[in-house]
Order: sequence, then C-alpha cells, then structure tokens
Amino acid sequence: MSNVPQELRYTQSHEWVLAGDDGQVTVGITDHAQELLGDMVFIELPEMGAELDAGDECTVVESVKAASDVYAPVAGTVVAVNEKLVDAPELINEDPYGDGWMFRLQIADPSQLDSLLDASAYEVVESED
Amino acid sequence: MTSNKTPLYQQHIEAGAKIVDFSGWQMPIHYGSQLEEHHVVRQSAGVFDVSHMNVVDLNGSGSKSFLQHLLANDVEKLTVPGKALYSCMLTENGGIIDDLIVYFMNQDWYRVILNAGTHDKDMAWIRQQLQNFTDVTLTERPELAMLAIQGPKAIGAFTSLLPADVAAKVSELAVFQACELDDMFVGRTGYTGEDGVEVILAAEAAVDIWQKLMDVGVKPIGLGARDTLRLEAGMALYGLDMDETTSPLVSGLAWTVAWQPETRDFNGRKALEAEKQNGPGQRMVGLLLTGKGVLRSHQQVQFADGGKGEITSGSFSPTLARSIALARVPATVKTGDVCEVDIRGRLVPAVVVKYPFVRNGKAVIEIEQV
Repeated sequence: MSNVPQELRYTQSHEWVLAGDDGQVTVGITDHAQELLGDMVFIELPEMGAELDAGDECTVVESVKAASDVYAPVAGTVVAVNEKLVDAPELINEDPYGDGWMFRLQIADPSQLDSLLDASAYEVVESED
Repeated sequence: MTSNKTPLYQQHIEAGAKIVDFSGWQMPIHYGSQLEEHHVVRQSAGVFDVSHMNVVDLNGSGSKSFLQHLLANDVEKLTVPGKALYSCMLTENGGIIDDLIVYFMNQDWYRVILNAGTHDKDMAWIRQQLQNFTDVTLTERPELAMLAIQGPKAIGAFTSLLPADVAAKVSELAVFQACELDDMFVGRTGYTGEDGVEVILAAEAAVDIWQKLMDVGVKPIGLGARDTLRLEAGMALYGLDMDETTSPLVSGLAWTVAWQPETRDFNGRKALEAEKQNGPGQRMVGLLLTGKGVLRSHQQVQFADGGKGEITSGSFSPTLARSIALARVPATVKTGDVCEVDIRGRLVPAVVVKYPFVRNGKAVIEIEQV
C-alpha cells in the first residue's frame, strides 16, 4: 500500500498539494503515481513566473517507461521550481513528498484548496486505479 | 481477453513483481526498479521468464526444404547440430510477419522460437504454408517454460547449479549454439547484448532452476529492462521496429536475407528483389539525443535537407544515461548527421549513430563525438 500523508491535499490526477501559511502551495506527485510510472529519468519543470490555471499541464515527467503530464492543482503563479530534479529525477521515486517536490505556486484564492481531495478521499481514487 | 500465466507466475509474485498484461500474458514488468534490473544484467547476472514465447518443433525429412521456403534467411547455413539462425518470416510482399530464431537439432528436427504477441497469425500462416509440403510435422510446445539467464556472470551462476559434466558442456557452447542436456535445451543466445543462455525446459524444472538461481544471487529481471537492454544492444523488436508493412531492408535486417542461391524461392523474395533493385528509400539508424528529453516510438525526425523519418523505438539508455532510439529515416542519411526530433511539440537535437549502442557492458558509441 502506498503512502498517503494525512496533512496533504490531493487531486484525481495524482498530484499532492501542501498549503503553507504564506499563500503558497507546494506541489508534487503522489507515492502511488511514482510507483505507477516507475524509474524517473527526465523532468521538464514550469517556467518561473508562469501564470497557471487549475488543470493546466505544467510539468512533464518521463520514466523509463513513459512520459506523463503533471497538472496544476490550483490556479497560481510559479514562484519556485525544484531544480535538483533536473539532474536527479530519481528523487521523485525516492522521496515523492519531500525532496521530490516539483514547484511552488503563489495562489490568489485560498478557497480553491477546499475543492481538493483529502487523504481518505484520495485513497479511494487510488484504490480505483 | 484471455489471460495466460507462465509456470513461474507465483515466483514473480513472491519476488514482488509488478504484473502487466503483455499480449494476453500476465508478465512481470519489473520487480521494483527497472533501472536497477537493467544494470544487474549489464554488470552481473539476471534471469528473465520468457515462457510466453512460442516454441515450435518441426520434425520430419521435409523440415529443411519447408524452412527454406518459409524464411528469408537460409537454414542451409546450419550444418552443426544445435546451431541457431536469426530470420524474418515474410509475406509475399516482403513485409515481416515475425522475426524468429531457428535451431537446427538434426536433419529431422528444427526448433523455432517466435514472438508471443504474434502467436495466432504466425501459426495460421505457418500451417497454411505447410499445406504444400510433405514429411513435416509441426508441434507447438506450450507446456515448455523458457528462461533467459543473461549477464557477464550468468553462465557461471547457471553452471554452478549443474553436475560437472553438464556444466562443462554449457561453458563450452559457442555463441548462437544450443545443445540438449538431459531434460533441458540450452542455447547461448539472448536479447540483451550480454553473454548468457536461454533455457527451454519443463514447467516444474523451470520453477526449480529459478529458485536455485535466486539462491545463488541471480536477480529476477522484468520485461521493462528487457526492452531497454535490447534497445541498447540494437536489437529490433517486432511490432515497433518492424511489422508487415516494412521489409527487412528498411528495418536494419538486410543482413538476415540470404540472397544466394538465387534458386531458393522463399516467401517475399520477388518483392525484396524489386525493392533492392530500386534501392530501398529508407534505412534504420541509431539516434542519440543530444538535447534534453526522452525519445519514444512514433516521434517524427527532421533533417536539415527536409528529409523526414520516424522513431520506431526509443527510450532512456540506463548505461549511457542518455536517450537513444532506432529510427527509420531516408536512405541518404549518414552516420554523424544531425537532426531534430519532435518531442511533444518541442524540437530537440539528436545525432545519427551506428548501433548497437552497448555491448558486453560497455558503450560502443562515443558520447564524446557529440
């Protein structure tokens, strides 16, 4: 069974979201997603400053097996990207909720977070996969 | 959809395999990390369950002339018992129905190993072709399991499980040579670019050998690593690098067509001769991605002179830590030519290289050249 931390929010498309107190959210893909994709070998991160709408394709991760899009879980501006992943995409496999984070968004409307899944709802999504 | 399991299914589950459907077979794609498995085969020893492959025996005095008609390569080349030959099986139009290995065991017995995904059409074609021949019996051997034990330490590990006299015979096997040992058929062949053997044996014996291989430290390897290993080794995969719409001449397999003697009338010969006469418009080349990303099947390749090609299979090469591919390109393209590959709308630079990319654990292309 994969790891689904209680304190995070999730999407149907297997992103996780960590909401900070500063109006910023950190985004990555779940343990379940990295397990499905397998060994990561390449990542294309969003541009700094990019304005994203919820659901925008903003990152591409490629495992040995296949390429996969990562979607912006909420609308916001890209204020940080995890450059470490460019040379070490395996961090996504090794630590999907920690060193494997992908980007940080400044969000205008915190109420968007309410539409995301909580851990128990995401576990249901996972089990239906 | 039918869902077949090999005799080693339980072993895969116990080893933590992620199981996927492969042409109607429940097969292990990896046992945790495809990359690690890849490196194990390049550096040490791994075992693949390839029991899904189609083992067919042809018996009878007419077997040889039948195969000389069926295959683009010529089994006449096989004179030493146990010797193997790689060949394509062609349509009348020169398209590839399947690629296969045929072993010559004796005048009355050839063993053919075909792909699993093409089983039904292969058998329909072969049976239809058989109608014009006498003294040939065809027997499918679905009851047999098949293991590929591959890597620089594979033969040492495998022979350590065998009685001394049998082990000696395996160690002495020439490349592309097989022998029968008690109840096992052992060939020094593989699909990885490494030394190793492929072993065909009864289901129970396969489970026993599998377990013993695990006990001496041989690692189970999934179909995921099998694909990256064969791609690095520059070995074509049926369904991606070739199919019924492509001939051996445009699939990097011209070397497998035996043109001599001219009197041998094999399926597809006329079409191939015409294609050769006109000059095939395309060829298969290796690509090394110099920009960032991962090459995949069906991506379009563009050359400076306007020529266009297509990647037939591509992946990340764990040994080179770069992305590599096989691509079908205009025949005028040369090694060293640069091109751009359309990766999801981005044009990424790549260079044409000779393949194989990797053999016996080492890169055989010079990354420095780019």
